[in-house]
Amino acid sequence: MSTGPISTETIAIAVDQDVVRVRQAMRKLAVEAELSLVDQTKVVTAASELARNTLIYGGGGRALLEVVTRRGGRGVRVTFSDEGPGIADIDLALTDGFTTGNGFGLGLSGTRRLVDEFDLDSAPGKGTSVTITKWGR
Amino acid sequence: MDRVPILRLGRILLVSIQVDLQDQTALALQEDLSERIVDTGAVGVLIDISGVEIVDSFIGRMLSTIASISRVLDAETVVVGMRPAVAITLVELGLSLGGVRTALDVEKGMRLLSADEPDEVEVSRSAATVVSE
Repeated sequence: MSTGPISTETIAIAVDQDVVRVRQAMRKLAVEAELSLVDQTKVVTAASELARNTLIYGGGGRALLEVVTRRGGRGVRVTFSDEGPGIADIDLALTDGFTTGNGFGLGLSGTRRLVDEFDLDSAPGKGTSVTITKWGR
Repeated sequence: MDRVPILRLGRILLVSIQVDLQDQTALALQEDLSERIVDTGAVGVLIDISGVEIVDSFIGRMLSTIASISRVLDAETVVVGMRPAVAITLVELGLSLGGVRTALDVEKGMRLLSADEPDEVEVSRSAATVVSE
């Protein structure tokens, strides 16, 4: 079976403007994966939330974006990783309304609702890695 | 950094967001708008987001904050032109834009703001009287 080249893109997240770059790259790949307009909007919004977390809580990091395929269709996946302080209590961090104090409490729980797959890997002192996937329908 | 232009239409300030807002630009807009409200004595602020492709928690919070600040400064804010996909995403994300008035388009938003203002109502009443005479 031959498949066309699958797009991937890596974006460093170090400043404010990089959050916008992640949104724009995510939109491009979501269009390429032929997601519906609502699903494009959801996954771009989710990516925007996570990119900002990487910048603010992780002290910067990177995003790896890719178009992924499975039987029955395509989707987009993005992994955010940083070498920041990590998350001590992951269950608590995923609770609706949880915040560490500066008003970004909606991030993780709300973001999880916008995507089909959500994997969070983090430990204190070990950094954080979050992967989200949105499949076309 | 881009700055979002603020237009003045009588006693209403019109902000049309046409760029992919970076966080610093959003914060600058809050400050610029607050100053313009006081400088112009505006009674209403109309924020057109029909050109905005996504509203995440930061931008959503900016809209709520602008509404609160302008209320304290005696001006009412109406957010207009939200795309359907943006509305669906916002609600699913868990943001309800509490305290922010919305209208479907600029025209309906304008009507909402002028209905708030006694002076404007007086003017249109007398205009109507003239026509009927």
